[in-house]
Amino acid sequence: MSTAEKFLEMFIAIGIFVAVVGVILFFAGRIGGRRGDRWVAFLYLAPAILMLAVGLIYPAARTIYQSFFDAAGTAFIGLDNYQTIFTSRDQLTVLRNTVLWVVVTPFVATAVGLLYAILVDKARLESFAKALIFLPMAISFVGASIIWKFVYEFRPDQVGVKQIGLLNQILVWLGGKPQQWLVESPWNTLFLILVMIWIQAGFAMTVLSAAIKAIPDDVVEAARLDGVTPFGMFRFVTLPSIRPAVVVVLTTIGIGTLKVFDIVRTMTGGQFDTSVVANEFYSQSFRSDNQGLGAALAVLLFVLVIPIVVYNVRQLRASEAR
Amino acid sequence: MSTTSAPLTSTPPIAPGAPAATKAKRKLTSPWASLIAVVIAVLWTLPTFGLAISSLRPERQIKTTGWWTFFTDPQVTLDNYREVLDVENGEGLGSFFVNSFVITIPSVLIPLCLASLAAYAFAWIRFRGRDLLFIVIFALQIVPIQVTLIPLLTLYVDAGIAGQFWTLWLSHSTFALPLAIFLLHNFMKEIPAGLLEAARVDGAGHVQIFFKVLLPLLTPALAAFGIFQFLWVWNDLLVALTFAGGGPDTAPITVALANLSGTRGTAWHLLSAGAFVSIIVPVAIFLLLQRYFVRGLLAGGLKG
Repeated sequence: MSTAEKFLEMFIAIGIFVAVVGVILFFAGRIGGRRGDRWVAFLYLAPAILMLAVGLIYPAARTIYQSFFDAAGTAFIGLDNYQTIFTSRDQLTVLRNTVLWVVVTPFVATAVGLLYAILVDKARLESFAKALIFLPMAISFVGASIIWKFVYEFRPDQVGVKQIGLLNQILVWLGGKPQQWLVESPWNTLFLILVMIWIQAGFAMTVLSAAIKAIPDDVVEAARLDGVTPFGMFRFVTLPSIRPAVVVVLTTIGIGTLKVFDIVRTMTGGQFDTSVVANEFYSQSFRSDNQGLGAALAVLLFVLVIPIVVYNVRQLRASEAR
Repeated sequence: MSTTSAPLTSTPPIAPGAPAATKAKRKLTSPWASLIAVVIAVLWTLPTFGLAISSLRPERQIKTTGWWTFFTDPQVTLDNYREVLDVENGEGLGSFFVNSFVITIPSVLIPLCLASLAAYAFAWIRFRGRDLLFIVIFALQIVPIQVTLIPLLTLYVDAGIAGQFWTLWLSHSTFALPLAIFLLHNFMKEIPAGLLEAARVDGAGHVQIFFKVLLPLLTPALAAFGIFQFLWVWNDLLVALTFAGGGPDTAPITVALANLSGTRGTAWHLLSAGAFVSIIVPVAIFLLLQRYFVRGLLAGGLKG
């Protein structure tokens, strides 16, 4: 397809879509009076509900159903796929890695984001300093993976061979030997996690910085007059005030981390014991053609997200009630 | 959203009664604080900077020396970009780049329009079952897209549109709806009811109210979500990989880049240039519209 054809198809699609919305608005416009409200609501909601039902609810239900079937998706095998996830050695490594990702990433990213937000708060060049940390959020996970793969790049430790990866070069400058950062398990997972932290710290910083700025000045002032140390200020004034925001940031990053796929796929392809549930889902579904296990892994992701969301909603309720 | 424009108050002078120890401590923390901030800032920018420098260095240089030698031996070339974009002798990333635009533009416009309509209905029209329906849609945010992929693929194959742009437009639009409806609903609820009531008394129907009263007020919210969705779709790998295949007809640049990284993992002259071709658009959008983006982030993050 040529570029012109692609854009033509795009404009046709937008045209069809505009026509559909136009028809909806036309009919909605002809319905008058408060009694017609119900019909207007129906027309306005119909396209969204239709898409969600067909594109989200039905497929999710179908996948849950499929997770009780074998690789080809034909024979019912009960909970065997789930048993595989929790017993086979490969799958247990996947689970271990996923736990590592979800435990480490949110806390470190939030800690760095919070530290930085406090440090640059009210400083000169604050918005510029923030943009530096925030910029990785605009970069795709694939792009970020390539950026970091280059940092981790390894060249054999031989005379005349120079390191081109920054991390190994620093190690050499310090008198050490270059390492294959992405090969040695389980440390390689930590080096992948670092990429996610690098991306998410900006998100944590932005939200927490706004929360810090929302702390009433008189509270800070009163603490200062009491002679509170900077650490005391953080511990007894800042942290309690921004607690709801911290919870939201932790849970949001946690959910995002649970579904991380691009980084693992781009950097190691899940080799060297680095696979995680979301990556394993893809491999099993599309490479190993094990539909049942793939579906079970997808359902597992779904199930793991729920407690985080419930915790988040509860915390929000609690902070609103106060 | 007063949080983003909070007034910058200058640090008040230390009270005369403060103990000397605290005073000393505060003076000490400041340079340390600056140092730590600078270290974090450097750590966060250096990796990108290194790859950016590399993308401009000759292939031989990249493969034999570190990018930091550029400062002692600067050699600049655009060959890497030429090779990575060239269709005949290179990787032909150009057509994937075009695909990214073709995929992203409708995938931003469609959910924005549909979500505004739905959000309007939820915020300003009274009907039975409204709250329940809204909660259901809100709850759908937690469904991971992984759960939907294979059945959706089957549906697309049955419909005869597998491998076409349509699959990506429809998928991205659907996945965006729960969050979009939720966010726009929140913004719409903040508009004073009196404004709508006044328009209604003047004889305006739902369509006129939507276009003449709400839409102008909603522009910041629409922009915020629009940027969100743009970055999300442009940077997406999973959905594109599943539905678009890997060919230059429909696959976006992220897929091309991921494949390049898989097949030519050490061709750093191509990877660095390719990465920057893919990064340039979202970073430009982000820098130009940062204000809206931050606003969307705060609305989504703090209320979600």
